[in-house]
Amino acid sequence: MANLEPLRLELKGITKRFPGVLANDHVSVQIGAGEIHALLGENGAGKSTLVKMIYGIMQPDAGEIIWNGEAMRIASPKAARKLGIGMVFQHFSLFDALTVLENIALGLDAKISQRDLEVEIRRVLDQYGLNLDPQRVVSTLSVGERQRIEIVRALLLNPKLLIMDEPTSVLTPQEVEQLFETLRKLAATGCSILYISHKLHEIVALCETATILRGGKVVTTCDPRTKTSRAMAELMIGGSLKEIAKGEGRSFGAAKFEVRNLSMAKRGDFGMALEKISFAVRAGEIFGIAGVAGNGQNELLEVLGGEFLAPDASAIRLNGADIGQLGPSARRMAGLCAVPEERNGHAAVGEFNLTDNVVLTARQRRGFVLRGFVDGRKSSAFASLVISTFKVKAQGPRDLAGSLSGGNLQKFIMGREILQAPDVLIVSQPTWGVDAGAASAIRQALVDLAARGSAIVVISQDLDELLELSDSLAVINLGHLSDMMKVGEISIDEIGLLMGGVHGSAQAQVLEAQHAHSL
Amino acid sequence: MRIRFEKRPEPSKFMQAITPIAAIALTMIIGALLFDALGYDGQRTIKEFFLTPILASYKWQDVATKAAPLIIIALGLSLGNQAKIWNIGAEGQYIVGALAGAGVAYLTPAVESHIILVLMLIAGVAGGAVWAAIPAFLRARFRVSEVLTSLMLVYVALQLMGWLINGPWKDPQGHNFPQTAAFNDWQILPRAIPGTYIPPGLVFAIVLTGIFWVVIKRSIYGFDVRVSGAAPHAARYGGFDSARTIWSTLLISGGMAGLAGILEATSQLGQINLGFPSGYGFTAIIASFLGRLNPIGIFIAGFVLAITSVGGQVAQTAVHVPSSAGGIFQALMLFLILAGDVLVRYRLRIQRAAKAGASV
Repeated sequence: MANLEPLRLELKGITKRFPGVLANDHVSVQIGAGEIHALLGENGAGKSTLVKMIYGIMQPDAGEIIWNGEAMRIASPKAARKLGIGMVFQHFSLFDALTVLENIALGLDAKISQRDLEVEIRRVLDQYGLNLDPQRVVSTLSVGERQRIEIVRALLLNPKLLIMDEPTSVLTPQEVEQLFETLRKLAATGCSILYISHKLHEIVALCETATILRGGKVVTTCDPRTKTSRAMAELMIGGSLKEIAKGEGRSFGAAKFEVRNLSMAKRGDFGMALEKISFAVRAGEIFGIAGVAGNGQNELLEVLGGEFLAPDASAIRLNGADIGQLGPSARRMAGLCAVPEERNGHAAVGEFNLTDNVVLTARQRRGFVLRGFVDGRKSSAFASLVISTFKVKAQGPRDLAGSLSGGNLQKFIMGREILQAPDVLIVSQPTWGVDAGAASAIRQALVDLAARGSAIVVISQDLDELLELSDSLAVINLGHLSDMMKVGEISIDEIGLLMGGVHGSAQAQVLEAQHAHSL
Repeated sequence: MRIRFEKRPEPSKFMQAITPIAAIALTMIIGALLFDALGYDGQRTIKEFFLTPILASYKWQDVATKAAPLIIIALGLSLGNQAKIWNIGAEGQYIVGALAGAGVAYLTPAVESHIILVLMLIAGVAGGAVWAAIPAFLRARFRVSEVLTSLMLVYVALQLMGWLINGPWKDPQGHNFPQTAAFNDWQILPRAIPGTYIPPGLVFAIVLTGIFWVVIKRSIYGFDVRVSGAAPHAARYGGFDSARTIWSTLLISGGMAGLAGILEATSQLGQINLGFPSGYGFTAIIASFLGRLNPIGIFIAGFVLAITSVGGQVAQTAVHVPSSAGGIFQALMLFLILAGDVLVRYRLRIQRAAKAGASV
């Protein structure tokens, strides 16, 4: 059949150069009608650049885009949509205060009456078995439902090719399964799907073909169903993947870090209140906190790290001492280091060099400050130590933090905290946006730190990461933390249900319902 | 067609250093053309404006007199500006500082000791700091913009001064002029070099420039201020208390303005009268940015601005340009420097709109 019909999309020798980087180097991809095609690669491999050219956001420097057998120049996203290319972005562009219908109407190129549009939307929803109420206000919807709006918006144009950019990063496992169902139905109608991801097991489950990019070049095109995840990962990073050595028969010491009934009021209109959070982490233990983004993870990290004080000193205890009312510097001196999720402007200052960036959080424990003055030699030496120990790709401690790639900066930040040998380390999204090689190095460093007797809290949206790293796990949802569970005794399904807000306790469900109404 | 600014990956250090110089050169060229067009001798205006104050030795002292308060105030402002805390009301703090110092003098006419000078200077710093404490409190406690409150307090300070010199502190021997009694010999700060007009403020300016340089570049407080301005969340994460930064930068800048005020009162005027407020507090904002918030840069910028101010007076008498010419030059220079800064950090890109497919 593929021989009879022209390919839906063919890219021939696409090349795109940015100052200093060859983002795409003679990339050729073929996508047949109704094919679910994975585009796989690490950060900086050139996936986004390639997709932007297909969707008309950028123009290639060289090469051809052939659409249904015809060479094309796709001048703008509008032109792309007109051809039948739809895209669902990783970050949604929705107005919280408007209804689903109004949001979709705003995004359309064509003018249709709201009544006709609603009929159209209901038809699309029925056709693909999607569950969404066009009259609901967006702020009351879950992230999965919001994504459905974006998908419906794309489907209304009867696309012949749908591009999905990292669509599952904000979804619970159940929501992911629903999404895959929809995509399979869509593919059955002849719509091709270009699925961008770095989650290998998803690609194995969903896609028929995978194009693997590395350093802007196509490494290979293969059938993911015939390859192991590991083999694809190694193709992606161009080297062998190290297994994390966790050490058998780990035993834990006494409780080192305890949080008891920690509640915080919501800060600002978009904050999340924390409700009676309790957990305890023992020496040598890695405790994972799973959850869909925006359920109180940032608020929790900030109050644990001391950026905001707990209402009660005894709500947070470190080695038996109450530290809830101490600020970040005092908590660091007591032995607690934290790494927030946002690298730029929170965990590090892009305009500052690496030496200044170690002064930011290592000055207290490493004694960089003497009588009010910073000892530049000490801080610079520590920055060099972080760079060499964690193999950060930088010329030296005078490099600006902002000139490092995301993954390198993350390695630097993690190294800065880990080398301080804290008693307790709390990290949020330790490997977010970091390539597979660096991610496994960071995870290994966390495991090693725990092996030396530190208690570690890892907050992450990446469930695979948590299952690999943690000894125990809890799920945060709407500012509530579930009970701690032992990894190995829980199923992914259970975690998924907790992430979606189905709690054991009736109280939580009531609260959730209130939340939905009050917003 | 669309015009866009694109951020440059890394602004060139050389260009950053050269923009102020280029801006001054451009100011001269544009100024010459402008005054030519207005019917004056443009070239001569520029010469009188920029060169006479430098070349005529009797004008140097004038320049130093005007530069000293600008530098002292601008140094204080630069700290807050680095932390992105904008004290626009240095003029008010300058006035209140002078009033506080003059108050000490007014209350102790019989004390014959130089201790009184020290007390006057301390009172000057304290007066300026108290005036800046009001916006600091409102900002730290209620998040009221310090831009508004500090500026509004300038006018309150003017009224306060007017009331004092017309009322309780009015000189009984002053022929009913609104002014305080002249300071006595113990209350007047001598010249930096006896026999010249070089003001004592210049000594303060030089020493303070050194102190500020060390504090900003080497101390943890300077780090606090820089990180608070560059990334407030990172500052909080690093353990720097934003309320403390707000308070300290505003109190220091207020204190410096107050110091400049009392120095001016005790070394130049010898009293407080209606002519005392001279706009140094506002011009210092320009000096602070012209010097790129760098103490040494500010020292130079203070002199550049003092030259244009003295030059304005020279040009008025020599070429008969209006008195507002000085303001035009200063505004032109600030505009060109800021524009240069934008161009160093961003690239200007002009795009022709791509022809999109016809709309549905």
